[in-house]
Amino acid sequence: MSIDTALPVLKPTDFASDQDVRWCPGCGDYSILAQMKKVLPTLGVPREKTVFISGIGCSSRFPYYMNTYGMHSIHGRAPAVATGLKTVRPDLQVWVITGDGDGLSIGGNHLMHAIRRNLDLNIILFNNRIYGLTKGQYSPTSPLGQKTKSTPMGVIDNPLHPLSIAIGCEATFVARSIDTNINHLGDVLKRAAEHPGTSFIEVYQNCNVFNDGAWDYAKDRDTKADTTLELQHGKPLIFGKNREKGIRLNGMNPEVVELGKGISEDDLLFHDERSPEPSLAYLLSRMRYEDGFPEPIGVFRCVDAPQYDRLINEQVEEATKKRGRGDLEALFNSGETWTVN
Amino acid sequence: MATITAPNPSPTSKPIAKLEDATVRFCGDSGDGMQLAGTQFTNTSALAGNDVATFPDFPAEIRAPRGTKAGVSGFQVHFSSNDIYTPGDTVDALVAMNPAALTTNLEDLRAGGVLLINKDAFDKKGLEQAGYKTNPIEDGSLSKYKMHAVEMTKLNRLAVEGLGLSQKESDLCRNFFAMGLVFWLYDRSLEPTLRFITAKFGKKPEIAEANTRALKAGYHYGETVEAINTQYQVAPAKLTPGKYRNIMGNTALAYGLLTAARQSNKRLFLGAYPITPASDILHELSNHKNFDVLTFQAEDEIAAVTSTVGASFAGEMAVTASSGPGIALKAEAMGLAVMTELPMLVINVQRGGPSTGLPTKTEQADLFQAMYGRNGECPMPVLAASSPADCFFAVQEAWRIAVRFMTPVILLTDGYIANGSEPWRIPELSELPKIEITHPTEPNNGDAFLPYARNERLARPWAVPGTPGLMHRIGGLEKQDGTGNVSYDPLNHEHMVRTRAKKVALVADDIPLQKLDGKESGDLLVVSWGGTYGACATAVHKMQNAGKSVSHCHLRYLNPLPKNLGQILKSFKKILVPELNMGQLRTILRAEYLIDAAGHNKIQGKPFSVGEIVDKIESLLKS
Ligand SMILES: Cc1ncc(C[n+]2csc(CCOP(=O)(O)OP(=O)(O)O)c2C)c(N)n1
Ligand code: SF4
Ligand SMILES: [Mg+2]
Repeated sequence: MSIDTALPVLKPTDFASDQDVRWCPGCGDYSILAQMKKVLPTLGVPREKTVFISGIGCSSRFPYYMNTYGMHSIHGRAPAVATGLKTVRPDLQVWVITGDGDGLSIGGNHLMHAIRRNLDLNIILFNNRIYGLTKGQYSPTSPLGQKTKSTPMGVIDNPLHPLSIAIGCEATFVARSIDTNINHLGDVLKRAAEHPGTSFIEVYQNCNVFNDGAWDYAKDRDTKADTTLELQHGKPLIFGKNREKGIRLNGMNPEVVELGKGISEDDLLFHDERSPEPSLAYLLSRMRYEDGFPEPIGVFRCVDAPQYDRLINEQVEEATKKRGRGDLEALFNSGETWTVN
Repeated sequence: MATITAPNPSPTSKPIAKLEDATVRFCGDSGDGMQLAGTQFTNTSALAGNDVATFPDFPAEIRAPRGTKAGVSGFQVHFSSNDIYTPGDTVDALVAMNPAALTTNLEDLRAGGVLLINKDAFDKKGLEQAGYKTNPIEDGSLSKYKMHAVEMTKLNRLAVEGLGLSQKESDLCRNFFAMGLVFWLYDRSLEPTLRFITAKFGKKPEIAEANTRALKAGYHYGETVEAINTQYQVAPAKLTPGKYRNIMGNTALAYGLLTAARQSNKRLFLGAYPITPASDILHELSNHKNFDVLTFQAEDEIAAVTSTVGASFAGEMAVTASSGPGIALKAEAMGLAVMTELPMLVINVQRGGPSTGLPTKTEQADLFQAMYGRNGECPMPVLAASSPADCFFAVQEAWRIAVRFMTPVILLTDGYIANGSEPWRIPELSELPKIEITHPTEPNNGDAFLPYARNERLARPWAVPGTPGLMHRIGGLEKQDGTGNVSYDPLNHEHMVRTRAKKVALVADDIPLQKLDGKESGDLLVVSWGGTYGACATAVHKMQNAGKSVSHCHLRYLNPLPKNLGQILKSFKKILVPELNMGQLRTILRAEYLIDAAGHNKIQGKPFSVGEIVDKIESLLKS
């Protein structure tokens, strides 16, 4: 192998594979793919050191469209595949692509454990609140009452909220973005990539075929300023077309307040993504449009913690330092032995 | 060390009977330390130069109520001056620490055998728990045995008196008293066990002292008590010269994995979720991180196997180990490994099934699962280990095949060989096979890299992430041959299904021809696989010594089968396939070779005895 003196400068197109992209025209997945291709060249990681691992679902076709290493694995198991990969090769940059069904339903267990182990993985959950690939059954994030192919009378099981789950699993990096909010999405992807430890990103993604408009409230030019809130570290939680509203804590509960009329920015909740205590991040993850709150986007939480992929390799080093590199013959001859002539 | 250490010259004046072999079983409550007693006796016998074979048998419940039949734990040791392959059919000496142990184990003691009983445990409650209406020590029902009812609890307490131990702590030494007595009975040296006590309890001098006293007290009891009037000796066996140690199947398997990794220049990744009887592989490997071992205790078996797929994609030696229920959960991911054509090992330490079945008991009923238990046409090479020590070799061979053919490989062992032990001639590193692996570093098609280009064995290149210029994507969707791109083309699918099948079939060109024990044709051929090797080989030898026209062929390779097997089968008038299942190999042989075959099938969670195979052979020869 030759040693390159300078890394070649890569362009987004360098990350495109030769495969035709097969998502439905208008699908939100395209935009996420485009942002990924834009962000990767800025990270300084060579293509051969980048790996995409996915499960099954429309979203999970993603690796086929990237000119990197990749595996389209089986339904729900991408975090576990990535765990094996990253454990033996901590030097690789590993992305996990999953969907709301893939990650939260069949693969919920793996997602939970990957996050708590805090391997240096970047997990992106494409949340379209529907099972796209299997043509429109409700998913664990579909809202109550939603009528789908498998719920003609409406969804009756209480939905999960991906970020609440991630924070409950002690995630060290938690963020949310929106497929069409391309600059924001690009920034979040970049920050996720740069975070050591598991980064968990929920992307509001439109499935225009089976669940069109599920996120319109958060995307619509006219309403998004009131229905979303862009988080900024160290800044008060302010939103609204004229930045006239804010979030204040009333005891343990957040409330929407109008600025002015005796309420100043200093009365608002200030965002601290580095807070070691996850309660505020959790509280933010529970702010929902349907309950009259703006839904935060951006980085909810970004803290440092030990990473499993590092620790497991350090244990090997430590054992080797203490006991010397394993000697097979000495091992075979351990315990009681005897000689037959 | 040049010679076998001779047993302690014993000061006894009692007559000594010389035996060729003997079988001893220690049994008692799971809290009575019977596994330890059995292990110590085994090691001592092995050090004395005997060939040994063991059979530990423990309850599934960790703490079944004391004194109940459900809580009985046993350990059987067969030791001999000849080559032996099984832990013995019947027991020559039985140690029963309580009534429950006696009633559950007595039927295996031969008439005239030695029966050592802890008399103190035969009180009203103990007898009731075991279902005895009268005390068997007193009612004459044990008269066909050489019964010695010893007040073990009392004598042991006396022996450790003055050390400041509580009664409970004192009673924990009772197994050493029993051991001491059996050591005397078979004229065994106490030295190895004394060394063990020092090593194990060195930090607690009063416990070490108590166990030492208990051991010696048992030994001296045998020496002095007149009622026990014969001592036995089993001379050393004539084993192949070399250095030996005793080894359990799961340990041998772990050592085999470490060896295969080293011999193929790889780090070893084990993805595993605890399950009896496979967990000891995880425990053992976790202790050898300095061999470049990464052990990952996953959240479930699906994560265990899929992390293994990930580690294989990353280019390391990747292994997952489990037992039947866990293997069932891994099935879908095994299909992914077949589809992505990645090398890895799936180890199944079989136990009684279906479902949770008999976790601590042995069975061979997962052969169909290994052969056919996945969706789609999903062939994998399948191998089986035949004995505890063979696990060491079988697993290296499995890895050789996996990397030579770029395929996941299944290795079957079972609870019987996993927990059983036998002497293992320690190999020199130079005797062990090197395993050659190459990873491509250059494109293989002009400037392009074809991840599914194939060599003469139909194996694809193992290009590892991190290699510049070879970026590629793999996955579970059908692949176009060569490019590896997703393809729904009907003819390509058929081509790929056939190619994957042919690749596995080609393994037959790469493995040794099937060997036969006995003449190449004759009246009867015994065909066996896996952990029943010992019982079948011993039974066939007996028949051969009696002049019968019986041969034996034991299969290590179950998929593909050796190329000459069909010819071998057709050279015998009758075929017998003994299996600890309902006839799974028999079904495969019948389908594969259109021959008839009789079965001998036992599904009791127990290994075969030699006697039952002999009986079956005799009845088939007569009919
Ligand atoms: C073991 C298994 N069960 C079921 C399926 C069928 N299946 C494929 S994708 C999918 C749901 C995907 O939903 P989601 O993760 O939300 O992805 P999307 O298509 O919406 O991006 C299901 C149920 C499968 N492929 N494998
Ligand atoms: S079904 Fe929905 S999620 Fe899937 S590709 Fe089409 S639009 Fe996208
Ligand atoms: Mg979805």
